[in-house]
Parts: sequence; C-alpha cells; structure tokens
Amino acid sequence: MSEIQAQPQNGTAVNGSPAIEMIDVHKWYGEFHVLKDINLNVSSGERIVICGPSGSGKSTLIRCINRLEEHQRGQIIVDGVELTSDLKHIEQIRREVGMCFQHFNLFPHLTILENLALAPIWVRKVPRAEAEDTAMQYLERVKIPEQAAKYPGQLSGGQQQRVAIARSLCMNPKIMLFDEPTSALDPEMIKEVLDVMIELADTGMTMLCVTHEMGFAKTVANRVIFMDGGEIIEENEPNEFFDNPQHDRTKLFLSQILAH
Amino acid sequence: MSIINHSTSPDLPPPVTEVGVIGWMRHNLFSSPLNFALTLVGAYLIFTFFIPAFDWAIWSANFTGKDQSACTGGGACWVFIADRLNFFVYGFFPDAEYWRVNIVFILLAALLIPQFIEAFPYKMWLGWALLVGLPIVSYFLLIGGSFGIVHVETEKWGGIMLTLVLSFVGIVAALPIGIVLALGRRSNMPVIRGICIGFIELWRGVPLISVLFMASVMLPLFLPEGLNFNKLLRALIGIVMFQSAYMAEVIRGGLQAIPKGQYEAADALGLGYWKSMGLIILPQALKLVIPGIVNTFIALFKDTTLVLIIGLLDILASVQASIIDPAWSDVATEGYVFAAFVFWIFCFGMSRYSQALERKLHTGHKR
Repeated sequence: MSEIQAQPQNGTAVNGSPAIEMIDVHKWYGEFHVLKDINLNVSSGERIVICGPSGSGKSTLIRCINRLEEHQRGQIIVDGVELTSDLKHIEQIRREVGMCFQHFNLFPHLTILENLALAPIWVRKVPRAEAEDTAMQYLERVKIPEQAAKYPGQLSGGQQQRVAIARSLCMNPKIMLFDEPTSALDPEMIKEVLDVMIELADTGMTMLCVTHEMGFAKTVANRVIFMDGGEIIEENEPNEFFDNPQHDRTKLFLSQILAH
Repeated sequence: MSIINHSTSPDLPPPVTEVGVIGWMRHNLFSSPLNFALTLVGAYLIFTFFIPAFDWAIWSANFTGKDQSACTGGGACWVFIADRLNFFVYGFFPDAEYWRVNIVFILLAALLIPQFIEAFPYKMWLGWALLVGLPIVSYFLLIGGSFGIVHVETEKWGGIMLTLVLSFVGIVAALPIGIVLALGRRSNMPVIRGICIGFIELWRGVPLISVLFMASVMLPLFLPEGLNFNKLLRALIGIVMFQSAYMAEVIRGGLQAIPKGQYEAADALGLGYWKSMGLIILPQALKLVIPGIVNTFIALFKDTTLVLIIGLLDILASVQASIIDPAWSDVATEGYVFAAFVFWIFCFGMSRYSQALERKLHTGHKR
C-alpha cells in the first residue's frame, strides 16, 4: 500500500540539472582495485540508494564525492566543480555536500548546540546568534531540542545520529551523503533515524545513501544501485530492482538480505 | 507453664576485642600475619625515621636569631634560611629594586590563582594575560633600562626568581612550539615532515646538560667577534628547544589517539586544515595528554637546576653558594631541604592543577 503511494512521489522532485557526475572513475588502495570504471550521474533532487555486499566499494564511492577518498583515474564533478587536488575546489565542494557517518562522528568535547553551530560560524561566517538559532530550528526538526546543552556522550545512538544529520543540514547543503547511517544502531533506534531521513527526502534534498534498509529504499529512492567487487552491477528504479532483478549477483544478494 | 521466655532479652554489648581502639587495631593492623609484619615495619620506621625527622625539623629546631650562634637546639638551623632568604629569592638583584621582582610575583599569583577557582569570571582573558601579557610586562620590569627604571643585568638574576623565569618561559614557549612540531611531524608534506622529525630527533638525542654547555661555551666560539648573546637568553633558547621536542612527542601521542572519524567529520564540514586542527582535533588531543604535558612541565621545572653548570644561580645553585659561606657551618641539610621543599610546592601545585583541569574538561563518555 505504502509502496503504491510512494511511487508517484518518488518521481516528482527530480528537476534534471546534474548534481554529481562520475565519469570512468577508478580507485586503488595500493594494489587493490576498489572502484572499477564507475559511471554515475545524479540529478538535482534525486534520491539514490546504494547497496551491495561488504567490501563492494559502496562506501568508498560516496566518500570519493566529498574527497574523503581520492580517486586515481576519471572525473568527478560535484555541483559544477571538478574534484582535483586543488584544495579550494575541495573545500568549496565540502561546504555544499553534507555527510553522515556510520559512527556519527560528533565532536565529543562540544555540546550538541556547539556541534551544530560550529561549521556555519567558522566556514560560512554566520554570526553566532544566528547560527545558534538555525541550529535550534534543525534540532526541533530532528525532534531533540531539549538535548541542546548536553554532550554527545550523554545521548543514545539514535539521538546522536539525528544530531549528526542536523549538523550537516545546518550548513544548508545541496547534497547529502549517508554512509550506512543506521548500521551501528540498536534496532529500536533505526526507525527514528529513518523517519528523519524520509522527512528530509520529502523536502527535495539530493541524497545518496549507502544502506541495507530495503524498506527505506522502496519508500524514498528514485534509483537503487547495486555494487559488487568495485563495479556498479545493476541500477534500476526500486520496484523493478526488487521485483525483477536482472543480474545473478543481484538476485543472490537480494535473496540473502531479504531471506530472514 | 511455659519454660520459653517470650520477651526479648536486651542485646549483650559486643566483645571488647571487636570495638573501640582494640577492635580497630585487630581489624586494621593485625588482621593477618602479613599485616602484622607490615605494622611492625611501619612502627619501626615511625620510631627510627619520622619521629627524629620531625624532632629535627620542628621540635629541636631554631627559627629566630641572627646568625649561627642562635642555633643551639641541636635540630635544624632555620635561622640560616631566614637570613639568606632574600638571596634565595632574588639572587644578586639589587636590594633597592626588589619591588620590581615582587610586582612580577604578585602578578603571577594574581593571574594564576583564578585558574584554580571554578567559575571565576573572565578566566579566559586572565589566562591570555598570564601567557602573553605577563612575560612582556615582566621583561620590561625585570630588565629595566626603560620607563625610567634602572637596568639590571641578567647576571644578577638568581634564586627562585631565576628558576621561575626559566621554567615559565620554557613552559609558555615549549607548548606552542611542541604543538607546531607535532602537527608538522604528521604533515603530508615531506619537506615539513622531514624538518620536524629532524628537529625532534636531534634535540631528543642529546642530554640537556650538553645543550646548555653548547649554548654557553661553544656557541660564542662560532659567532662572529662582537656579536654576544646574553647567557640567560642562550640558556633559555636551549631549554625551550630541548623541551619543545619532548612536548611534540607527547602531543603527537594525543593526535594519534583521536579517531579517524573526527578528522573526517571536520573535513566533511569543510573546516579546512587549520580550523579542523584548532577547533576539533587539538582541543581533544591536548585534553587526552594533559598528564603527559604536565609531566613534561614538571620535568622542565626541575631540569632548570642544570643551569648552575653554566654559572647561572638558580634556587639550588644559590643554596649551594650559601652553604659554603664561612659565616655558617653545617647548614647543608637545611639548605637542600629548603630547596627541595620549594621545588615540591611548585611541582605538586602543577600536578593538582592538571587533575582539576582533567576533571573540568571531562565531557561525558565515562559516567
């Protein structure tokens, strides 16, 4: 039922202008070829879920987009700027691309409010009072304004991940990257984080999400990408991807994660 | 006709061996053969060492008087310390100019004490005044020669004042240089990394005594005729270079302990290298290595005594110079005990401050 409702909504927000272009991207860790000939175009407003077995290169792929990992061959163009070793370009892109990590990576020596306001104050040069107002608005959006004065170590995993999402949003990014945002969480906390992500998707944010939450993929994704051995094996819109996988490896992977 | 008495009889008092002094001793001093032996050893030490030491230092000691003749009690002759106190504190600084040193001492105390007090207002500004303002003010006050006050050559500095100058400058300069060296050693740029590794390994590889000898004896040989650095300045540079190399390694340990995720999160927010170091990484890394940093500070404080080999009269050297004074005999113990006590006060203060700082900066994780 929800899938049917989600279907038209999945297609609406995309407006077609390119947000991310990856052309013939290769990456090696020493001898190990992690990314092989990746070609991926993401339009503005598109929501993409990347899945695949562990070690398939999916995290590396999205970490290349904000240059946490360096690619060795090919081109990556984010928001019209090409990623090269030029630090100016890298920082320009990082300002526009938010990222959430598997282990949240909040700054433990700062309060929640300081975590949120830090980058706007120091990178965007927003006045402190204004940055803290914005931070409080985002904390309300992720439904934990009462935790503003606490330190990350005093929050649950789910709350920390919601703070991490809010922290990225405070920079007003054009693109959000999620690197397995729910896989370090206890089961009862996964939903609260996914709810925040679904709400974010409804605002028309461009999202790339590495996750194994297939329900989430069906609800919000425009496209699901399956990776294995450093290659994009298959990509399709979610219903077709889950109901009618083309490739054997995709079928095997889906049977494994959907079996239990 | 019941033979059972239903009313409760009153509690008997506990046996005399379980309560009071005897009970306490049974439980705490003689509860096992090992404890019995340790108690005997402890009692032996108290009778043979602590009581005589106390007797020497307080009971039979003489505190008032003018010279050796006042020391008749058979214990410590603290008259000697009182008599030479000005020399121990100020060295050869001219009597008429003591007020300048006193102002510096008062400023130091006034700026330092608030740092120990929780919730003191403007603590951060006072901290900056301590680290930046005080050295500048002290420089003009102690050297003189400007603002209408007399110039005092650094050769005349000595005692506690010189020890404090050496260690304060050493601490204030070694920490930032150490931070820069530690960051440099982890840099991606091979030239910067190479320079930092070279610097650190060079200074860590030589004893401080040889650094001071180099600075005072050999350096002037290499410098052109007429160019003569002040001896105190040369010693200071030597101490700062030497200690900053150690500091760098302590801080590098802290930097390595910060999870990779913190660096990545800072990068992903677009903070750039200096902001991510200054706002995210260093505050956490420095907090982690507070014990190591303070350890280095304490070592530095005590190492300043080595300047006596190049002829600077720090507290220990001024004590040594005084005990060979013919006007006093047999006062070596008093002199060294006094010097040790001065060092202990400062080092213990630093250690307590670091513990308070660690508690204050602690935010969460452990509960």
